[in-house]
Amino acid sequence: MSGMNSQGRPTGVGEVGGAERKTFTGNRGLAQEELLIFERDSGACGVDFDEPDAFECRLGGNRRKGRVGLPGLSEPDVMRHYVRLSQKNYSIDAGLYPLGSCTMKHNPRLNEKMARLPGFADVHPLQPTKTVQGALELIELVAHWLKTLTGMPAVAMSPKAGAHGELCGMMAIHAALEARGDGASRTRVLVPESAHGTNPATAALLGYSVDAIPATEDGRVDVAAFKAKLGPDVAAIMLTNPNTCGLFEKDIREIADALHEAGGYFYCDGANFNAIVGRVRPGDLGVDAMHINLHKTFSTPHGGGGPGAGPVVLSEALAPYAPLPWIVERKGRLKFAETSEQVEAVGGDSFGRMTAFHGQMGMFVRAAAYMMSHGSDGLKQAAEDAVLSANYVLASLKDVMSASFEGPCMHEALFDDRFLKDTGIETLDFAKAMIDEGYHPMTMYFPLVVHGAMLIEPTESESKDSVDLFIATLADLAASAKAKETDRFSGAPYLAPMRRLDETKAARKPVLTWTPPAPAQAAE
Amino acid sequence: MRYLPLTDTDRQAMLGRIGAANIDELFRDVPKAARRDELIDLPRRKGELEVERALSALASKNVPAGSVPFFVGAGAYRHHVPATVDHLIQRSEFLTSYTPYQPEIAQGTLQYLFEFQTQVAMLTGMEVANASMYDGSTGCAEAVLMAHRITKKKKAVLSGALHPHYRAVVENLSEFARDDLDLGEPVTDGTEDIIARIDDDTSCVVIQNPDFFGNVRDLQPIADAAHAKKALLIVVVTEIMSLGLVTPPGEMGADIVVGEGQSLGNPLNFGGPYVGLFAARQKFVRQMPGRLCGETEDAEGKRGFVLTLSTREQHIRREKATSNICTNSGLCCLAFTIHLSLLGEEGYGRLARINHANAVKLADQLDAVDGVEIVTPTFFNEFTIRTPRNALQVIDELADKGILGGVRASRLWPGQSDLDDLIVIASTEVNTDEDRAAYASALKEVLS
Repeated sequence: MSGMNSQGRPTGVGEVGGAERKTFTGNRGLAQEELLIFERDSGACGVDFDEPDAFECRLGGNRRKGRVGLPGLSEPDVMRHYVRLSQKNYSIDAGLYPLGSCTMKHNPRLNEKMARLPGFADVHPLQPTKTVQGALELIELVAHWLKTLTGMPAVAMSPKAGAHGELCGMMAIHAALEARGDGASRTRVLVPESAHGTNPATAALLGYSVDAIPATEDGRVDVAAFKAKLGPDVAAIMLTNPNTCGLFEKDIREIADALHEAGGYFYCDGANFNAIVGRVRPGDLGVDAMHINLHKTFSTPHGGGGPGAGPVVLSEALAPYAPLPWIVERKGRLKFAETSEQVEAVGGDSFGRMTAFHGQMGMFVRAAAYMMSHGSDGLKQAAEDAVLSANYVLASLKDVMSASFEGPCMHEALFDDRFLKDTGIETLDFAKAMIDEGYHPMTMYFPLVVHGAMLIEPTESESKDSVDLFIATLADLAASAKAKETDRFSGAPYLAPMRRLDETKAARKPVLTWTPPAPAQAAE
Repeated sequence: MRYLPLTDTDRQAMLGRIGAANIDELFRDVPKAARRDELIDLPRRKGELEVERALSALASKNVPAGSVPFFVGAGAYRHHVPATVDHLIQRSEFLTSYTPYQPEIAQGTLQYLFEFQTQVAMLTGMEVANASMYDGSTGCAEAVLMAHRITKKKKAVLSGALHPHYRAVVENLSEFARDDLDLGEPVTDGTEDIIARIDDDTSCVVIQNPDFFGNVRDLQPIADAAHAKKALLIVVVTEIMSLGLVTPPGEMGADIVVGEGQSLGNPLNFGGPYVGLFAARQKFVRQMPGRLCGETEDAEGKRGFVLTLSTREQHIRREKATSNICTNSGLCCLAFTIHLSLLGEEGYGRLARINHANAVKLADQLDAVDGVEIVTPTFFNEFTIRTPRNALQVIDELADKGILGGVRASRLWPGQSDLDDLIVIASTEVNTDEDRAAYASALKEVLS
């Protein structure tokens, strides 16, 4: 029943229907279209600076002649452009983000606030070290937490992201092999077939041949196959633990011991450290090197794809080869050892430099705030809650979808597409239908060891109500799929800012930059 | 714990459905010897106030650039970042989203990446750019590997005036690609003869412009010489503000341009995170490392953007990938692109002119100090001086007087005694006339 107030303004809902209505602007209420910034050029300027006084140019004749081609916009127009763009993104702050192997957990804003303190954000990497003692202390503080949590004696702080950390760890292994005269003979790296793509890519980048280890029926490394592959030419294994099926490698000690016996080193991909932090120390498992994705375990924001940070903890055997720079203490003051000679003076034999300067300081501050907030008790609880939630998802959906392996799982639960058999619906369709239900899809088609993989990581940041609704939604989608209600899947998403995008077209003739439209033909 | 929503009642109910008596049962696959019953020996949880107190105490032990006359550069520069930038990059939808693998709900990220790629191509004068690298130095090393892949040749000729950290990163990575590096000696006045070192085996020439000491050069003759030997020219730009005033590398024959984008939108952050820029000629696009965003359309024909050409990348190609990189500097490129959008054509050019004018004024003032010699005949916003005393002491004593006066070359070339008296000095829009006067008078005192 529609009411009417005294000004004649209707207060009821009016006629129902018309959801398919087209609009003049293309906007749909709060869902607003946005042109490219180059198409919004108004010739305005979003900053106010006065032209400098006349000066004598010292560019030696190398002065830019043409325009750059940048558009000009006022500050409010720039603000509106990016706010509208932001509204086309899904985010953790808006909803559950179950991307397995990515760890989309809550990003506390305290961490952002701390990283912006001028004493951290507004200091230059090459200021005299006596003016940045607090920054060096902060790096040492994070290093101390990482070493203690992993039970490892050393850590290289400079790697810029997880894959960069892999490179660092494998370079340290290479240097250690070289030092004992094994560098040229050990040319093979063992990588389980369930590994992240970065592992084989890293090994190959360093010139190693990659030898895949098969998985067993229960989703773990086939220890017999692994042992059969050991030999005097094996440099290392790159093993993720917990692995990418979300399972703990039960035989990890046996693997580490056999490898060490055969003269190889154990690189652990620490992407999934978040499942065991505070409960298990990789140092107790025989690991020689492991990177830690600060953006996963210690919740520095993913930021739409970066920046990351990937410090690498190192065993006693690899510690001397850690990359430049090192932090050393001298006469009660912290200093950088920035060159091989300076590192040699403190007994090191660094393999070299991974990056300019000293690493992702802004990420260290965020990780420090996160670690201090949790403490050893909170970190352990976080790992336990993450594992509990994943097992809860696994237990709740194993009879509705098809669980790939027996539990318990660690922080993520792996399903495959057997439950979609004969429905004509694929993992991709199932995932896209989740978007219409307001969820970001889970990781799809990874790991490669099962068909049509769906890897779900709920994280410790979700309440039980939130996980319950997610489970109920997936159960409803699964029932719908089994009933062959293909419409709900084949064209999905229907309700997102965009319908499904044509990736084939994008790759066939790549358009990677905007080009100004050709000027209109002059009238005859 | 304030970040953990589950209650003990929830936990019990969840364990009930799982059919586990307690949480330990879920960790039963961990070998017994590695299970820990007691907490790890680290401090316990802290409230927000306590964390803030502890970290602020550490921060307060540092001298922030903004608190003193500040002239430090050498690959990282202090510029004014408009307030809008930091506000926008902290929006939840940008800050707390993942890599845009589901393009239907990630158009915000994808569109700004497409705009970023376009801006980087425009600035550098190149045809294509990627969605960014970790930083300039790692991008530089990847460029050398890329040149190796393209030319099938292995000798990289590096300018001696390339940032020593960049050179070290290239040295470290190219050892594994079995590249031969021809490393030049540091020539401080921009007269390095790099052409003489190019031969038939050369895969690429790597040259920084403006170079580490500040010199600005015409690279066209070097490009011509490289191309004559079927080698590529890789140009490194560590101060991206320079391209508002300096001839872009693409107009001087560059084949690949790598840069550090920190100057736009990003604070100094004690060295990271920064944003690596990577641009190239169109014909090399399939040999590029890193993420690329491309235009396409959706099922209804609407323009949209996706990550593309991922068959180059590790998650598809594994050991055959062009690089193992699995990230870009997402939020840092967002800061870069917002700052550049605010500047626009007019603001970017003007800011570059202000930078140059400030550096010229400072150089003239320091040149007037007894014993000081300007060793870089050309420069943009950074130049090098020779002082009559060891630069280590000069920098140190300037710091005691509350002036962060630049970077001594010997910090980056230790043991190279002919560089011991050199200081590399940057001056950007943040410096005032008072800052410059304070520097000149302090330097005079330190040298007298």
